[in-house]
Order: sequence, then C-alpha cells, then structure tokens
Amino acid sequence: MNRDIILRVVSKLLIPIALIFALYVQFHGELGPGGGFQAGVIIAAAMVLHALIFGLAAARALVPEWLVETMVALGVLVYAGVGVAGLLLGGNFLDYFVLARDPAYGQMRGIFWVEVGVAISVSGVMLKIFYVFAGRGRALDDKP
Amino acid sequence: MLLAHLPILIVVLPLVAAPLVVLVRHGGVGWAVALGVSAASTAMSVAVLAEVPGTGVLSYAIGSWEPPWGIEYRIDAGNALVALLVSAVATIVLPAAKRTVLLEVGADREYLFYALFLLCLCGLLGIALTGDAFNVFVFLEISSLATYALIALGRDRRALTAAYQYLLLGTIGATLYVIGVGLLYLVTGTLNFADMAQRLPAVVDRRPVIAGLAFITVGMGLKAAIFPLHAWLPNAYAHAPSAVSAFLAATATKVSLYVMMRVYYSVIGAPTAFGAEPTGAILMALSIAALLVGSGAAIVQRDLRLMLAFSSVGQIGYITLGISLASAAGMTAAMAHLINHGLTKGALFLLVAGVALRLGGTRFEQIAGLGRTMPITSFAIVIGGLSLIGVPGTAGFASKWALVVAAIGAGLWWVAAIVLASSLLALAYVWKFVEAAYLSAPPAGAPARGEAPADVTVPALVLTAAVVAFGLHATPVLEASSRAASAFLRGWP
Repeated sequence: MNRDIILRVVSKLLIPIALIFALYVQFHGELGPGGGFQAGVIIAAAMVLHALIFGLAAARALVPEWLVETMVALGVLVYAGVGVAGLLLGGNFLDYFVLARDPAYGQMRGIFWVEVGVAISVSGVMLKIFYVFAGRGRALDDKP
Repeated sequence: MLLAHLPILIVVLPLVAAPLVVLVRHGGVGWAVALGVSAASTAMSVAVLAEVPGTGVLSYAIGSWEPPWGIEYRIDAGNALVALLVSAVATIVLPAAKRTVLLEVGADREYLFYALFLLCLCGLLGIALTGDAFNVFVFLEISSLATYALIALGRDRRALTAAYQYLLLGTIGATLYVIGVGLLYLVTGTLNFADMAQRLPAVVDRRPVIAGLAFITVGMGLKAAIFPLHAWLPNAYAHAPSAVSAFLAATATKVSLYVMMRVYYSVIGAPTAFGAEPTGAILMALSIAALLVGSGAAIVQRDLRLMLAFSSVGQIGYITLGISLASAAGMTAAMAHLINHGLTKGALFLLVAGVALRLGGTRFEQIAGLGRTMPITSFAIVIGGLSLIGVPGTAGFASKWALVVAAIGAGLWWVAAIVLASSLLALAYVWKFVEAAYLSAPPAGAPARGEAPADVTVPALVLTAAVVAFGLHATPVLEASSRAASAFLRGWP
C-alpha cells in the first residue's frame, strides 16, 4: 500500500489535521463534546493511519515502544499527581478547590490536568494495543 | 493532619507507585518499591484499625465534595481489618516473590510484574475502603485486570487458558455487580452506600431492590468463587506465578466476600436480605455444597497446587456459611475464618512455591518423599493442612469452632454436623499429602536433602507461625472479628 501516491499524499495531509483536531477536542472538552479520552483516541488513530500507509517500522521509528510505554505510565502519574497536589496544598485528595486562589479557577485547572493525563495514557494504550496486534509474528524492524 | 488523610493514602500510594515502577523500568527497583509501599500500607492500615474503635467511622471526602454527592471513603472496624489482611499478606509475600518471579516471569518483564502487583494491591485496598458502590466497581476492574495479566504471566501456557477463563467469568461477575448497583441507584438515586442504606427503607417498589440484591449476589459470588461459580478458581491459582497464587488465595476472594457482607448487612440490611428474602437459605445451601464438593474434589487432585485451590473452594464455603447465618456470632465466625483461612492458604501456597522451586513441579509423584528431601517445608505444609482441617492449636480450629457454635446457637444442629463431617474430607486430602511426603520414597533423581532458599522459606514460615500463634492464642483475631461483625450489623446509618 505504501507505493500508492494518492494514499500517501492524502494521509500526509490528514494526519496533521487529525492531530490538531485532537488538540481541539482535548481543550474544548469542558465546553463541548470531547475530553481527554476522545482526544487520546484521535491522536492514536492518526498514528495508526500513519502505520497503515507508511508501514509499522516507520510508525515505530516515529513513536518507539519505550515512548508508548512511558506515555501509558505518565498519564496515570499526571492524574494521580493532580490528586496529590491537592493533598500537598492542604486539601483532600483530588481537591481542585485549592489548586488556585479562586476555587472556581482551581476546578478548571484540576480538570485540565486530569484530562491531559487521560489523553496521554489513552493514546499510549491505544498505540500499544495496535503495536501488539500489528506486530504479531513479526520482528520489530520487518517491512510490512 | 496526616492521620486524617490515611484512608486515601493507603490506596493512593500503590496507585502512584505502579506507574513510577513502569517509568523506572528496573525489576529490582520495582520489587523494592512494591515492598516498601506494601509495608507502608500495612502500617497505615494498623493505624486506621487502631483509630476506628474510638471514632466509630472514619469518613473521607474525595476532592472535598461532601458525601453523598462526592465519593466517600468510609472505614469502620470491618473494612479496616480487610485492608490490614490484604496489605499484610502483600508485605509477607513480596520478599518471597523476588526469586520466584525472576525465575517464572523472566528478568525482562520483572518490572511490569511489580507494577501489576501494585495495581492489584491498589484495587483490592480500594474495594475494601471505599464507601461508594460505583467506586467499588472501578477498583474491582483495576484489581481484576491486573490479576488477569498477573495470572497470564504464569510458568507455562496453561496459565494463558486459566487467565482467559478468569477474564471471561470475572468480567461477567463485574458486569452483574454493576447492573445490581444500577438497579439500587434506580430506586434510591444515590451511589453512596451509607446514603443508600438510609433511603432503601422508604422505597415503595421493592422489585428493583430484590433484583439488585440478586445481581450483586451472583456478581460478587463469581468473583468470590462461591460454589457453583468457582470454575475459574482452581486453574487460575494452580497455573499463576507462585507469588501471585499465594497473594490472591489469601486476599482476592476475601475482598469480594467483604463486599457481599457490606451490601447484605450495611446497605440492604439483614431484615430485608435475610428476613424477607431467602438469601440466607440460598447462601447456606450453596455453602454446604461448596464444603462437600470443594473438599471432595480436592481429594482426587493429582497436583498439590490444584488440591489447595479446590480446598479454597470448600473453605470459602465456611465463610459464606457464617454470612448466611445472619447473626453476630455467624458474622464473627465468617470474619475470623476469612482472616485465618487467608493466612493459612497464603502460607501453604508460599510453601508450595518453595517446593516447586526445588523440585520443578508439584505433582504428587514429584513430591513423593518430601518429608525427607525438604523436612522443614514438608512439616510446615502439614501444619497448614491441620489448620485447613481445623485441628485444635491451629488458626483454622478457632474460626471453625466459632462457626459450629454459631450454627448451634441458631438451632441448626445439622449444619454444625455437616461442618464437622466436611472436616473429615479435609483430613482425607491432607492425609494424601502426608502419605506422599512421609510414606513414599523420593523418586529417582530427586534433589538432595535441603530446603528452598531462605527468602522463599522464611516468609512462608512466618505465615505458618502466624497460623499456629492465632491457633494457640485466638483472642486477637476473634475480638477483631467480633468488632468487625458488630460494625457490619450496625450498618452505616
């Protein structure tokens, strides 16, 4: 499939747009439909498209396995970190009220970082699942 | 100030540690972190348990959202004891895990094992400490998903089948639980256990409540491996990595049994669950079947691990029998057996891990003459076996005696008789081990006389010593259990 120029050009055009759309879904999540989970899935989908068109090896070169694994763990850590930050600032666990001087702004800040954590973990997990299934019975650097 | 946050710190500590272990990508560090976190959780559980008799109930509002709107962690003498059991067993099992995991799982996936172990610990502790019905489901999924992966890491390919079977049945169990919670939410409009308990008496349409009770019973029954929903358990315990078998056998089903107790006694209430509805009779029938079938199946097993796993099915029957009596004495016996059996099975599976380490397997022909090749381990297994039978001087006796007394107190002489008769079945399978270990000659090519490495044997012997100590001096466990039982029966008004 990687010799087909139409697919290559169209996906090269689509992937950046998909990534920007993911950021929109991420940061617009509290006002409209969307949020960290959806954004994470869109980011992963863009990468899956890249892997389908340019091959698994190219995708793995772009987002290597260690990075995917780090993302999975980092997202959870960001989420839990927001909770611990609430503890350290004198509130309860996951207390967003104390994250800023204005409690309402604190809530926004808390949600923002929690959703960042969710997006990181979800895109990591989605990519990991794709890599595991796509790489079955193949060495890591095989051409598709 | 720190004390006020203990209820959440017990759960958050393993949750934060798990991704850190993945980021560090180092097996030895992962093991040290897991051990440190488990020890810290144990210390905090002790502190909380010491705190609850004075204050009655510790309540913690996540995110400072007042319950019942926010998620509440609610701790009394009942769940503090369960949390202590879970974290203490994790702390004792982990030193023995280092060597067996390296051997069975491999150095390249060692750090992932400890990350999963921490997630499993976090889930089990979360189920125990939360006071929110949906939060129980979330932690149930965290612990279950970690458990499926942990079992799949087992020594051979049979572990994959066992993990897959458990995955299917465990998922069905969790789904049924959440359907039950949904039905209770339908009529009460709340997910907070305490709030639910307050609103349920005023509910006019009882049908969703009864359906919810049924769904939660079957869902948690699957996770707790109550007969006849135990099909996943024997293979999962037998083929999981040794350390996982020991940890799960002592804790996983126990936490599900705790949720049943909580829902029956603190949320739905004994008058509805056991008075108006036949939960008690059904549970009693299933428990008695479990005693006979579980122990009976254990007799015919040809592998020591499988034998112990089937024996767990029977022993869970004693716990559910105590729950089904719907009395303070019955609940005390159930809680005491939950702890005593947890310690006994943890000890036995760790001892068997040592056997597997030295002999390369646990089939009865392989362990022939174990009394000569591994005398200390073999003797400790016999002590654990005596506790399974319920011989005086072992922990199993104390709780089984409490159960018999509770049954007689309820006027159920025939139940007491069946409990005693089922001990004979336990005697039969323990004798099978004695016969193999002491009355047969070691097979050709058996290793020379010697024990498993100390890091595996010592934790196992610590648990065995606890079994004997709580047998000779049963008061601490029985008193803690009786406090727990009255906390369940008092409920969360």
